[in-house]
Amino acid sequence: MRRNGPLALIFHAIFVIVMVAPILVVCLVAFTPEGFLSLPSNGFSLRWFRAIANYPEFIHAFWVSLGLGALSSFVALLFAVPAALAIARYRFRGRDALAALFLSPLMIPHVVLGIAFLRFFTSAGLGGSFAALIIAHVIIVFPFALRLTLAAATGMDLSVEMAAVSLGAGGWTLFRRVTLPLILPGVISGWALAFIQSFDDLTMTVFLAAPGTETLPVRMFLYIQDNIDPLVTSVSACVIAITMTALILLDRFYGLDRVLAGKGDPGR
Amino acid sequence: MSTVAEERNARAPWALTAPALMLFVGVLLIPLAMTVMLSFHDWGQYKGIEPVFILKNWQEIATDPYYAEMFRRTFRIAILTTLLTALLGAPEAYILNRMSGRWKSFFLLVILGPLLISVVARTLGWALLFGGNNGLVNKLLMSLGVIRSPIPFMFTETGMVVALAHVMMPFMVLSVWAALQRLDPQIENAAMSLGAGPVTIIRRIIMPQIMPGVLSGAIIVFSLSASAFATPAIIGGRRLKVAATLAYDEFLNTLNWPLGAAVATLLLVALVLIVVGSNALIERRYAEVFR
Repeated sequence: MRRNGPLALIFHAIFVIVMVAPILVVCLVAFTPEGFLSLPSNGFSLRWFRAIANYPEFIHAFWVSLGLGALSSFVALLFAVPAALAIARYRFRGRDALAALFLSPLMIPHVVLGIAFLRFFTSAGLGGSFAALIIAHVIIVFPFALRLTLAAATGMDLSVEMAAVSLGAGGWTLFRRVTLPLILPGVISGWALAFIQSFDDLTMTVFLAAPGTETLPVRMFLYIQDNIDPLVTSVSACVIAITMTALILLDRFYGLDRVLAGKGDPGR
Repeated sequence: MSTVAEERNARAPWALTAPALMLFVGVLLIPLAMTVMLSFHDWGQYKGIEPVFILKNWQEIATDPYYAEMFRRTFRIAILTTLLTALLGAPEAYILNRMSGRWKSFFLLVILGPLLISVVARTLGWALLFGGNNGLVNKLLMSLGVIRSPIPFMFTETGMVVALAHVMMPFMVLSVWAALQRLDPQIENAAMSLGAGPVTIIRRIIMPQIMPGVLSGAIIVFSLSASAFATPAIIGGRRLKVAATLAYDEFLNTLNWPLGAAVATLLLVALVLIVVGSNALIERRYAEVFR
């Protein structure tokens, strides 16, 4: 295959710079020693990171996001793992329709989901509660949990299971001692991707969160609506750092292109 | 040879999927149906929501030019964003694909990584770069001589398209990238050995083969841009409304839920029709690629 020419490389360089620039500028402004938005031209300062400590609502929102992401991704897996095993192993009537239903939260605009859940949970008397947030997040992260588990279950060597059955293992033992360990990398990656999706969601959560259950993106969004100052850049820089760490771990552990390309969609 | 799967009874797949199915029916399909119903309910400043069946909200959306303008703006922004991502993302995916192993995976991480970084943080970055008439972007463009006077980016559709294109770019690159993986590099070499120049190769060999990838990327980018919330809300401010930000306002500021539900239902129906329709067109046009 031919190599890239100089023009192609210049295009590539500009492209990468533009992709990185907005993220980089947030991280740089976060280190400004000034009291206003500016690039740190005379020295770096951590004052705006220290300032986060004086805003308990950001810290509280961070813990809400963390708990919500961890818990909803875990609950989503409790439902997704059996469903993924069924879709991967069996050919049954309605299989394609079920898979489409389970992946449908990817297609439905999050603003529509937010409205639907707001209406639903308010009628159910759960408006603004943490429980409502958990259930809503389980639905939106489900496709990610399902896809990666499905990929792992489809690629699994079934003869190992057969050997276990022939040795007398059945039902729960078979799952716990044989199947689960084999699909575990997919399950953990599914959890991590689901966690990131939950941790980052704004559009749906902004409809459901009430004071006390505001997640970090919601808190940041409401703050930006009022004014943009260096504080919100230092909070964003922390969020970016957390996501980057998760991203690099996910890439090392599983391969980012595999995670994002969603290999293992039924019918591919 | 009998497999493990065959030994289990035929009800097993249903037993395994039943919990997830009940979850989806209970807390996805029912709320969605409730939203559609809500759009037919009445609402008044003092009486609140009245559960009656009327077409008031739908009539308001159909007759008030404000909503027509708002939906036109929403789809105009989505189309421009889609074009921008296709024009820049497809060549980038091609260049990326021709890089050697280590650089390829490094830049793939750099370009796809932002997909997982908070949209609020990414849009905040653009707000900082745009920042008024003497923002960094304008300073750079003027010092390069690209423009004479500063372009207003904040609170304009231009700014929304640029920031949205950045947010959506990874989807396009990913989609074209996937199409490139199916491409046989020997075809390119064969064309070259037969005397085709680089322009001919790209136009006659590469383009037709990656087109399905570009189009399926375009569908994803279009539907996500048309329903985007964070970027239009932050860059567009309070006045320049798109469908998602208008629905948000109706729900959380005006509190006219039935009208907000009608806007959301219309957005959902329009997007489903567009996505399903263009998917069908693409699959018919490029049937051989999807075989």
